[in-house]
Amino acid sequence: MPVVLDIVDLTKRFADFVAVDNVCFQAEEGKFFSILGPSGCGKTTLLRMIAGFLEPTSGSLQIRGKDMLGIPPNRRPVNLVFQNLALFPMMNVADNIGFGLKRQRCPKKEIASKTEAMLERVHLSGYGSKDISQLSGGQKQRVAIARALVLEPSILLLDEPLGALDLKLREQMKIELKNLQREVGTTFIYITHDQSEALVMSDTVAVMNAGRFEQIDTPRNLYSRPASSFVAGFVGETNIFAASVEDISPTLRLRAENGVLFKATAMQEMAGAKKGRLFIRPEAIILEPDSGLDNLNRFEVTVRTILFDGSNTKILAMLGDREITVALPQNQQFAHITPGETVSAGVHIDACKCYPGE
Amino acid sequence: MKFKLSSGLFIFLTPVLLWLFLLIVIPQIELLLMSLRGENNLGEPIWTFANYLHFFTEEIYWYTFVRTATYAIIVTVLTFIVTFPVAFYITKVVSKRLSVFLTILLLVPFWVSELVRVYGWMILLRESGVLNHIMLSLGLIDKPVEMLYNDISMIMGLVYTSMLFMVVPLISSLEGMDDSLIEAAHDLGASKWTIFTRIVIPYAAPGITSGSIVVFMLALGNYLTPNLMGGKNSLWFTEQIYNQFIASFNWNQGAAFGFLLLLLSSLIIWVGLKMSKQQLGRVLS
Ligand SMILES: Nc1ncnc2c1ncn2[C@@H]1O[C@H](COP(=O)(O)OP(=O)(O)OP(=O)(O)O)[C@@H](O)[C@H]1O
Ligand SMILES: [Mg+2]
Repeated sequence: MPVVLDIVDLTKRFADFVAVDNVCFQAEEGKFFSILGPSGCGKTTLLRMIAGFLEPTSGSLQIRGKDMLGIPPNRRPVNLVFQNLALFPMMNVADNIGFGLKRQRCPKKEIASKTEAMLERVHLSGYGSKDISQLSGGQKQRVAIARALVLEPSILLLDEPLGALDLKLREQMKIELKNLQREVGTTFIYITHDQSEALVMSDTVAVMNAGRFEQIDTPRNLYSRPASSFVAGFVGETNIFAASVEDISPTLRLRAENGVLFKATAMQEMAGAKKGRLFIRPEAIILEPDSGLDNLNRFEVTVRTILFDGSNTKILAMLGDREITVALPQNQQFAHITPGETVSAGVHIDACKCYPGE
Repeated sequence: MKFKLSSGLFIFLTPVLLWLFLLIVIPQIELLLMSLRGENNLGEPIWTFANYLHFFTEEIYWYTFVRTATYAIIVTVLTFIVTFPVAFYITKVVSKRLSVFLTILLLVPFWVSELVRVYGWMILLRESGVLNHIMLSLGLIDKPVEMLYNDISMIMGLVYTSMLFMVVPLISSLEGMDDSLIEAAHDLGASKWTIFTRIVIPYAAPGITSGSIVVFMLALGNYLTPNLMGGKNSLWFTEQIYNQFIASFNWNQGAAFGFLLLLLSSLIIWVGLKMSKQQLGRVLS
């Protein structure tokens, strides 16, 4: 796959505050690339540099092999879907979508046909003559995306476009957006602080923290092999323990804050580290494990609450003085468990991931 | 929405309604009646349209009105051209705190009366004024020039006195505009000029229209500035009305002129609204 966007050592400094710090990445043609990070980590700043609204302090930025530094936003082959959509309130839907085409001096007929085709693509056929104020949140969302996509940009940049929608609509738009991207084949660079959005939609996710990229990987790898303690804690639900290192070889053994001893897998070099952080996914904890299983950390937990949510049911249980989350298997095997009960539990060494640090 | 006029509300509104009625409606009716009165050949009072016809038959009145209206339109356009960049700068370019400070700075001169401000200009511009003094001492001219009492200084004075009424609606409509609209247009390929004509102006249109209406009406009905800065030949329509009332004691003619001013200026505004495809209701809201 050819590379569309090539970013090397991009840095943005505001006075003495570094908002984007030496970021390097490449996005391939036709891929859904997400940048995931907590609020204020520099996502919007990075995106605005790609769009051309901000000049980087240093580093290089190429689109399809062409250097983009110094080129104004209206002459870059990228379009941005704004965090607050920024639809033009004084124009109707069709004029909003046709705005960019008009700037390219496209003939009227072509504008009309392209606009209509785009409206159909985002399931808004017949909405062309409506005013922006007459649309629902989800419809506005689609108009904003259509307005940018109709220009057939090399890259479509999206800045938390689903942020303003309610949960239900967000779930629906997630799938719609993914399908749309596959249909049009445009490279999407999608910014979000919602890890489920990033995991569901993306081909590749970059996890960003405090201006730096911590890991660039597929959603599956991100979830199963987080490269850093931050990624392990940020992506997906997880139980986190502060622990002190008891032993490093032959196996890594840690004493968690609640006094429980764990055998664990080191995800980064642990030599010399006294403290570590231990991550255990809720679904990695097995209830009533078979006594024949090897390499298991075994302990007893006391059930406190059952959070019933269909196939996604979890229990909150006490392990020592710490509350942990355990995901139940979907086969109703543990439907009999009631709060207050004490159950044996176990977790495989491979699923106990340890990183050095406080 | 429907609501009943409760007795409480009625009591509350009574002084306002009374005030409106006594001070605005009754004098207007009185003036209207007056404008329709005249004398026949025998000197007996009769009802007549003669006062109105007079306006159309005497070239000077007609000419004065056209001149006044044209200049009022020019003043409105100039005021817009002068104040728009200021309003844009205050709302979109500088930081929030500086913008509040600049807005206040802009309003301060308007705390003093129009008369004082116009005299300020006169002190600057007159033959023995500050500007002449400076140019003389710099050797740029060798005898003082009269910069007052011509159409240009009159228009400048009118623009100056009208600025406030344009800049306030402009600021308030531009303030409501999200900066990302400008960025979105830029991102979609629009040049600076296109952003200005296609995004900023249409967005500010209600503010521009309401500002323009007020400035136009005030310029048209201004008496002080044209008289003081335009001098004897300013030929402003309000002077004709004044002359009828005060100089010729022809109250009937003066009242008719007053009504003609009201009707014709309303007509001009109506045409303006139609041409710019604005609706009065939307502009006022
Ligand atoms: N013009 C600026 N001047 C100074 N600091 C800025 C400026 N713009 C952004 N910052 C800082 O840079 C950091 C990153 O901002 P950015 O808007 O990129 O965050 P974000 O990751 O998009 O957050 P969110 O998810 O809340 O939108 C923030 O700490 C912000 O305060
Ligand atoms: Mg942001």
